Amino acid sequence: MKNNNVIEVENLTKKFGDFTAVNSISFEVKKGEIFGFLGANGAGKTTAMKMLIGISKPTSGKAQVAGFDVFTHPEDIKKNIGYMSQKFALYDDLTVKENITFFGGIYGLSRAKIKEKRNELVEELGLEDIVNELVGSLPLGWKQKISFSIALLHSPTIVFLDEPTGGVDPITRRQFWEMIYKSANSGTTIFVTTHYMDEAEYCDRVSIMVDGKIEALDTPKKLKEQYKADNMNEVFLKLARG
Amino acid sequence: MKTILFIVQKEFRQIFRNKGMLPIIFVLPILQLVILSNAATFEIKNIKFSYIDHDKTSFSRALIEKFDASTYFNVVAEFSSKKAAYAEMAKDKIDVIFEIPRYFERDLLKQKNTDISVAINAIDGAAAGVENVYINQIVQDFNKKAKVALSSSTDMANAPKDIVTIPSFWYNKTLNYKTFMVPGILVLLVTMITLFLSGMNIVREKEIGTLEQMNVTPIKKNQFIIGKLFPFWILGFVLLTVGLIIAKVVFDVPIIGSLGLIYFYTAFYLLVVLGMGLFISNFTDTQQQAMFISWFFVVIFILMSGLFTPIESMPMWAQYLTEFNPVKYFVQVTRMVMLKGAHFNDILPQLTKTLIYAVIMNGLAVWSYQKTT
Repeated sequence: MKNNNVIEVENLTKKFGDFTAVNSISFEVKKGEIFGFLGANGAGKTTAMKMLIGISKPTSGKAQVAGFDVFTHPEDIKKNIGYMSQKFALYDDLTVKENITFFGGIYGLSRAKIKEKRNELVEELGLEDIVNELVGSLPLGWKQKISFSIALLHSPTIVFLDEPTGGVDPITRRQFWEMIYKSANSGTTIFVTTHYMDEAEYCDRVSIMVDGKIEALDTPKKLKEQYKADNMNEVFLKLARG
Repeated sequence: MKTILFIVQKEFRQIFRNKGMLPIIFVLPILQLVILSNAATFEIKNIKFSYIDHDKTSFSRALIEKFDASTYFNVVAEFSSKKAAYAEMAKDKIDVIFEIPRYFERDLLKQKNTDISVAINAIDGAAAGVENVYINQIVQDFNKKAKVALSSSTDMANAPKDIVTIPSFWYNKTLNYKTFMVPGILVLLVTMITLFLSGMNIVREKEIGTLEQMNVTPIKKNQFIIGKLFPFWILGFVLLTVGLIIAKVVFDVPIIGSLGLIYFYTAFYLLVVLGMGLFISNFTDTQQQAMFISWFFVVIFILMSGLFTPIESMPMWAQYLTEFNPVKYFVQVTRMVMLKGAHFNDILPQLTKTLIYAVIMNGLAVWSYQKTT
C-alpha cells in the first residue's frame, strides 16, 4: 500500500434493493491517524463501517483495509483490526477476567500471552478490584474502557469504534479519549464514528456523511475555515441541513 | 483446536452461571419424565358403567356382578329406561349403557341364544374400542360359565367345545405400558431440551450483539459452530444418563440391550438435533421466533414419532412423512435396544438414516451461517 495508507476506499457502494445506503464514497486513512467518521443518524456510517470490517459485502467499488481487499479477503482483515460496537459486546455474564481470556483466545493468543496482557491491562486501568466482577454489574464507563482495551488485545493495525462514548459523562469521555490518543501515538490507526462534535475536534481528520455520500473531508481546522464556522457543530449543521 | 476450547470453556461458564436456566435444564425434565410416564397411559380404567335390567333374574344379576367385580368398570347407575340413560350419557356422566333384554335367562336356557345391547360413548374412539373389548371379554366369560352350568345338568359329551386363544406377549410380558412409554418420553425430553437450548443460545448472542462481535473476529465458521454446539452435545448425554437412571430406578424399565449402543446412537442423533437448532437460529432474529419455530417442529415430531400413536395405523402419506422425523428413529432405537436387546446390526437402518440426516442438517446449518452478509 502506498503512502502509508491503512485504509483505501474508492467508490464504495452498498445498496439494499432500491435503497442506496452508501453512495460511492472514496477516502484514505493513514497509519496512526485518528479518523473521525461523522454523519446524522441514517446517513450510512454504520453500513460503511460494516463493509470495512468485513461483515457486510459491498455492492460495488473498491476498498482495502490493512492491506487486504474487502471483497476477497475479509477474514484476513479481521485478524488485523479491532472493533468496538455501540452495544459494547462483552459478555455480561462473564467476569472481566473471563472476557479478556475469551477474546484473547479467539484472536489466537496463547494462555501465557493472555495472562501477560491481562496483567498489563489491570495495572493500566486500575482494574484490581473489579477484575473478578461480572461485566454486567459494571457502570457503562468501565464497560467502554474495558471494551476498548479488549479490542486492542491482539495489537491490531486499525481499531474501529462505533459511537464508543454514547451515554457516558464528560469526565469518562475525556478519559476515554486519552486512551484513544495513547494508542494512536503507539501507531494504531483509529477509525471512530461519533455524534459529539467536541469529539470531532479531537480527530486528525474528519469526514461528514450526508445521505450516503461524503460531503466534506478534511482536518477540523480547515473544515471550520471552509464553512466559516466557529466550531465543528456549526460545520455539521450547515452540511447536514443541506 | 485451541480456539474451540476457549469457546467451550466460555459456554460452560455461561451455562453453569445461569441460575435461572440450570433448574430448567435438569429439574424440569426429571419432573416431566416422572409425571408423564405415569400419566400418559393407554390403559382404560374406571369406566363409568350403567345398566338397564329388563330381566331381573339371577342370571342377569350375575352378569352385572361380573362387571362390578372387574377393576376396569365402576357400576355407577341403574336405569329403568333408555331415555333416562341416554340423557345421562349426553351429560358425560356415564360411558357405557348395558341393556339386558327381558327373558334373558329364559332365552339363554331354552334357545341357548340371546342378544344384549351395548351403547358406548365413543367421543374418544380409541377408548371406546378398548371398552368394547373389555365388555366382550366379560360377556364371553359369563357365557362360557353359563354353558358349563347348563351342560353339566345334561349330557357332558354334547357340551360345546370352545376354541380358546392363549396370547403370549413378547418383550413386555406384563403389558406394562410404562415399559413402553418411559424410553419414548426420555427420547422426547432429550430432543426438546437440546433443540431449544442450542437454537436459543445463538439467537441470544444475536440479540445482545455479541454475535456481530464474533463475526468481526478471525474465528473460523467451523470453530465457532463446533465450540458452540459441543457443550450442548455433552448436555444431551447428561440428560440421557439422568433419564436412564430414572427409568431404571423409578420405573424399573428393563434394559436388556447394550447401553453402549444407545449412547453410540445418541452421539449421532444429537448432531441432527443440534444442527437443526443452529439452522433455526440462522433464520431467526429473536429468541421468541426461534422458540416458536422449534415448537412447531417438536409438536410434529412428537405426534408423528410413533410414541403415542402407532405409525402403522397412519395414512400412507403420513407414514412417508415420518421418514423425515428423527425422533421416530430415536424412539425405535431406544425401545429396540432397551426392551428387545437389539444389536448393532438390528439398528443399522435407523443409524444410517440418522447419519445421513445429521450430515444434511449440519451441512445446511454451516452453509446458512454467514460471517459476512
